[in-house]
Amino acid sequence: MEALNTAQEAPRTTETPRPEPIQRVSIIVSKGSLDGAYPALVLANAARMGGIEASLFFTFWGLDVITEKKVDKLNVATVGNPSMKIPTMVGGLPGMSRLATSQMKKEMARLDLPPVREMLEILSDAGAEIYACQMAMEMFKLERGDLVPQVDEVLSAMDFFDKSAGSQVIFI
Amino acid sequence: MQAREYAGRRVDINEEGFLLDSDQWTPEVAESIAVEVGVGPLSDKHWQVISFCREDAAAQGQAPGLRRIAKQSGVTMKELYKLFPKGPGKLAARISGLPKPKSCV
Repeated sequence: MEALNTAQEAPRTTETPRPEPIQRVSIIVSKGSLDGAYPALVLANAARMGGIEASLFFTFWGLDVITEKKVDKLNVATVGNPSMKIPTMVGGLPGMSRLATSQMKKEMARLDLPPVREMLEILSDAGAEIYACQMAMEMFKLERGDLVPQVDEVLSAMDFFDKSAGSQVIFI
Repeated sequence: MQAREYAGRRVDINEEGFLLDSDQWTPEVAESIAVEVGVGPLSDKHWQVISFCREDAAAQGQAPGLRRIAKQSGVTMKELYKLFPKGPGKLAARISGLPKPKSCV
């Protein structure tokens, strides 16, 4: 009788291949609120810290984040914001948005999170590419000189997609 | 956890290559890791960053984030990206024998 142990071993399952690391992220920033801007900026910075290329495309209200006159004055929305636990009637009172914004900024300062302007400087120094949307600029009647100095170029959406070849595109 | 040998010294690292025990680190280990990750050989500026990171981690109980390093070590953010291309947040910590920093900035 054949020894049982001459039977062939069942083939080993092939090891699950490790996923490819992300090489590049391209983040579209469409919001101009503090809570819309920060996720985009922090994500882009985290990408750079980890050796991932990053680009940011600021469009629509996102242009506020890179406009000189507005970058230090971004707010938190207190009306129509389901995450704010205050009633709409209260959130709409004069000064509420300013109060919520100042409280959020205090929390951020406590955690040593840099203000938006400094985040843009950090991102630029870290080699992130910063782009403004051409169409939105026209719509809001902005010129290059109205933007913060860290902006690299004004691009059309098509140009942005060309520059995003091989990227993970994220819309915020 | 894996064991690796750097500069003739056995160290324990995690699956991302970070030292599990900061006490196993020596400057020679740093040089060795630096070559492996494509950063080495280490210049004076590199050592300025590494020394700051180790001192700060010992004082604060955690590895410093890049912004903290840029503000306090005397090496600017731009310089950090030149010294440790391809991910200074991770590479500076790894070469310094520290865990990956938790900070997002």
